Order: sequence, then structure tokens, then C-alpha cells
Amino acid sequence: MGKAIEAIDLDIYYGSFLAVQGVNMTIRPKTVTALIGPSGCGKSTYLRSINRMHEVIPGARVEGSIELDGTDLYGAGVDPVGVRRQIGMVFQRPNPFPTMSIYDNVIAGQRLNNKRMRKDATDDLVERSLRGANLWNEVKDRLEKPGSGLSGGQQQRLCIARAIAVQPDVLLMDEPCSALDPISTLAIEDLINELKMDYTIVIVTHNMQQAARVSDYTGFFNIEGTGKPGKLVEMDETKKIFSQPTQKATEDYVSGRFG
Amino acid sequence: MSTDTSPGPAPAKAPAPPSTRPVVQPGDRIFAGSATGAGILILVVLAGVAAFLLIEAAPAFVAPAADIPGGNGIVAYIWPLVFGTLLAAVIALLIATPLAVCVALFITHFAPRRIAQPLGYLIDLLAAVPSIVYGLWGVAVLAPASVELMTWLQDYLGWIPLFAGPVSATGRTMLVVGVTLAVMILPIITAVSREVFLQTPKLHEEAALALGATRWEMIKMAVLPFGRSGIISGAMLGLGRALGETMAVAIILSVSGAVTFNLISSGNPSTIAANIALQFPESTGIEVNTLIASGLVLFLITLAVNSLARFIINRRREFSGAN
Repeated sequence: MGKAIEAIDLDIYYGSFLAVQGVNMTIRPKTVTALIGPSGCGKSTYLRSINRMHEVIPGARVEGSIELDGTDLYGAGVDPVGVRRQIGMVFQRPNPFPTMSIYDNVIAGQRLNNKRMRKDATDDLVERSLRGANLWNEVKDRLEKPGSGLSGGQQQRLCIARAIAVQPDVLLMDEPCSALDPISTLAIEDLINELKMDYTIVIVTHNMQQAARVSDYTGFFNIEGTGKPGKLVEMDETKKIFSQPTQKATEDYVSGRFG
Repeated sequence: MSTDTSPGPAPAKAPAPPSTRPVVQPGDRIFAGSATGAGILILVVLAGVAAFLLIEAAPAFVAPAADIPGGNGIVAYIWPLVFGTLLAAVIALLIATPLAVCVALFITHFAPRRIAQPLGYLIDLLAAVPSIVYGLWGVAVLAPASVELMTWLQDYLGWIPLFAGPVSATGRTMLVVGVTLAVMILPIITAVSREVFLQTPKLHEEAALALGATRWEMIKMAVLPFGRSGIISGAMLGLGRALGETMAVAIILSVSGAVTFNLISSGNPSTIAANIALQFPESTGIEVNTLIASGLVLFLITLAVNSLARFIINRRREFSGAN
């Protein structure tokens, strides 16, 4: 668990529109990498291209490659379904399956793998995943209740439990706290700190304090104007990006003098 | 709270005390009134129909058994009709529901957009075809064409009571009626299912895909559970139409009044609606009351079916995603 990601000359298109251009990025295993930048700069698009989720939108495609520990995720014969089983994702808004109980939500991914599991092994997996997401104590007495009955922060942690239950190598988070209150945000940030012991984490965030708090490395994306492609301006250790970035644009953005 | 404690009468020129009634705009009042009126009207109509059925059917329930057509009493008269009605509707539903769900899924999740849209319109168009046209198609095309298939069914699956035979030479059988009704109710079930499938939150579809679900697994995880109540509602609408269908059944089915599960022979029970249509012009006195009594039974069956559907939908409301 916890693999390295390497993007090489990555261009991402929606139809004929070039959304993100020329990304070269190395993400080290078992670290937290934050992607920051203004809205529309392509950081979410880039994140979604790492587990090939952006392909869900008709016409979306990439050129270049993304390698997971040396294996090209866009190589010939690579099944995007297999990629997504290795690289988990947590979305902006909590999205537990409303028709499933908390218990079933956690093992939803495991069920897909068609592994027949004994009841006690499943129970064990559910407990381990929920403990891993710091949610166990809050829900252990109501595992059979619907996941949509939880609070927003709890739902988001349930989604994290669901993502880690399939034991992925990488966890992608697309603004996981943007719909949450500060207390729930803190709970998720604490959780991210614990999860990086086992997983490589990439997180998109609009909150620069959050990027500074949780990440080891930070990548700054920017866009020159509407209709132009987003680009990775600079990537370095988080404290370097926030104290002495090499690019003027990065300094303007992190110091709030953007625009 | 207030310090205004002055006793005694208010000064003579004081404005009238503010009314405790909330301010209501005339537009609001008109709209509320007309909406309430429409709601009451539908209840009055329903009550009127029920009262008519009860009053007109009553003589048939109290009449001596020998006076009822057939001579064996009201139960013996209506029972084969109830059986035929349910049998035809259930066959139609069993064929149409899975097919409609598949068509709806194809339109919403598999077809390219430029095919999906015209196909959707086409399905809606099918729903507008009058049932007499389906009936004519059933008797003129489907019935003769199905004789060969039914012979095959009898030869190879004859050990199943459904296909015991002997095969009807004209093909005017319960099976053909069921298939015709299925075609008739297919559009309505498809249209309702398609609407709900389209409303599946993108968020949940992406959640399933991000877990490594294939397209079919995503549909099983996110789309079908979300659309479940919609599928049931659509099926119930279709069932309602199949139960009440009159002309198509009256034209196609060759009737003997036998209560049998044998779907491919020429001896079939009629259905309530078709029986009323065929018998009513030549009925007088107690015969009319008997027909209306059968109509009352149909009314109750439809009511029961709808309540059952409502119950099924509500049972798992907590998990519906509506909260």
C-alpha cells in the first residue's frame, strides 16, 4: 500500500478543449500532496484523471501518461475499472449510497470484487474501516441504519471508510471539507494525518490554511485566462511553497494578492 | 417586555387595533381556493362512482342464485372473470416490466445521445396509440402468427400446465392477450422508469464508479435502488391499464368461461372489463346489476393493487434517498 504517482507530459482534453496542459508531477508514496489554485484552473480535472474518473464525462481524454509505481495507468489494455479499484476517491459532497445501510456502504466496494467473505470477516472489515475513518464509536450501535441519516461530517468519514475498505494504494480527495463545518473539517484533517501512514494521499483544496496544515507537498495550478489551459506552475515542499516560492504567481496566490 | 402599561381607554383617535389575521394577497387566496376545490372535486367524483357501483350492484348480491346469469350465484359468475382479469394482467406485467426497465436503462445509460432522444419520443408516441389499434393488431397479426410458437410450446414444454394445450387453431388465446397487453403497457412503464433513472444523482453514480464498479455494477448499486419506487409506480400504472383494458381483450380472446392456467388453448376465462363491454348491450334488469357488481370488484382490485404498491414503496422510505 502507498504507491508513487508520476505524471509525465500530461494534457487533459474535454472534446477539443485543452483543459490542463503539460503536467509533470512526482508524488511520493505515503505523503500528503495538496493541489491548490483558483477555480477552473484544472486541479480537480487533474485529480480525476489520476483514477481515470474524468473519462466518465463524454469526450474527455488525456495525452501523456500517469504511472503508478512505474505502471502506465493509460497503457493499452488497462481497464479503468481496475485503476479505480487501486486508487480510491472521496468527493466534494459526501455521497454515501442512500439506499444502503452504514454497514453495506462500507463493504460496497468489497462486494464488487465478488469475493465471498464469511460474515465474521466482513464484520471485521467494517469495524477496521470505520475505526480507520474515526467513525466507529459514533455509529457502532446503528450499523443497519441508512448512511444518509448521519451528519455531513460523519457521512464524509463514512465515504472515507468506504474508500479505504478496498485497501487502495492511493486516496484522492476532491475538496473533501468544502461542505463541512470547522469541527468536522478538523476531524477529517486529523484523519488525513493518520491515513498517510498507509496511503498516498492527494487532496484538492481551496483552503490554503488546510493545505498548509495537512500536506507535505503542495502543487500550485494556475490559468492565464478563460479558455486557456490550466498549468502546474510550481510544486515543492509545502513549507517552501508558503514561505519562499520561486514563482511570482505562487507568491501572489498564497499571500492573498491574487489577481 | 414593553413599558407601555398605561391603563384606561385608548385615546379616541387611536388607529384600529391591528388585525390578528395574517395578510393574504388576493392571488394567494384565489390559488388556494381553486387548488382546494380541485382536491375536493376529485374526492366527490370518486365517492360518486363508488356510491353508484354500490347501489347498482346491491340487487345482484341479494338476488337468489338462480336469477344470476349462469344460474349458480354471483360468486360463480364473477370468479372466472376475476381470475381471467388477474391472469391477463399478470402475464402482461411479467413480460413488460423487465423489458421496460431494460429499454429505459438503454435510453438513459447506454445509447448515444443522438439515438436516445428520438427513441424516447418514439416510446412516448407508442403510449398514445389507442388500445383498439393494439387489439386489431393482436387479432389480425399476432394471433395467427403465434399459433406455430404455441404448438412448439405445447410439444416441448407441454409438461408445464401453462402450455398443456390443445393449441387454439385461431391463436386467440390468453397468451396472445397477455403479450398484446404487455406491448400496450410497455411505453408507460418505460417512460416512468426513464424519468427516474435520469434523476439518479450524478454523485451516487460517481461514487460507485470510483469504487471500481463497471457500468452494470454502477447501475445495480446506484441507479436501480434509486429508481425502485419509480419502477414500481410505473408498473402499477401499467397494471391499472392492463386490468381495465376492454377492447383489446374483447376482440382477441376466445372465451369459454373456464378457470384454467392453460394459456394456449381456446377455452379461456374472460376478463371483467371485456365481459361488461360484450354483455352490456344485451342485458336487462338483474343482468345489468350483475355486470355492475363485477365492475365493483374490478374497482376494489385496482384499489388493492395501488395500496399494495404504496405500501411497498413506503416500507423502505428511510432508505429511499429522499432525506
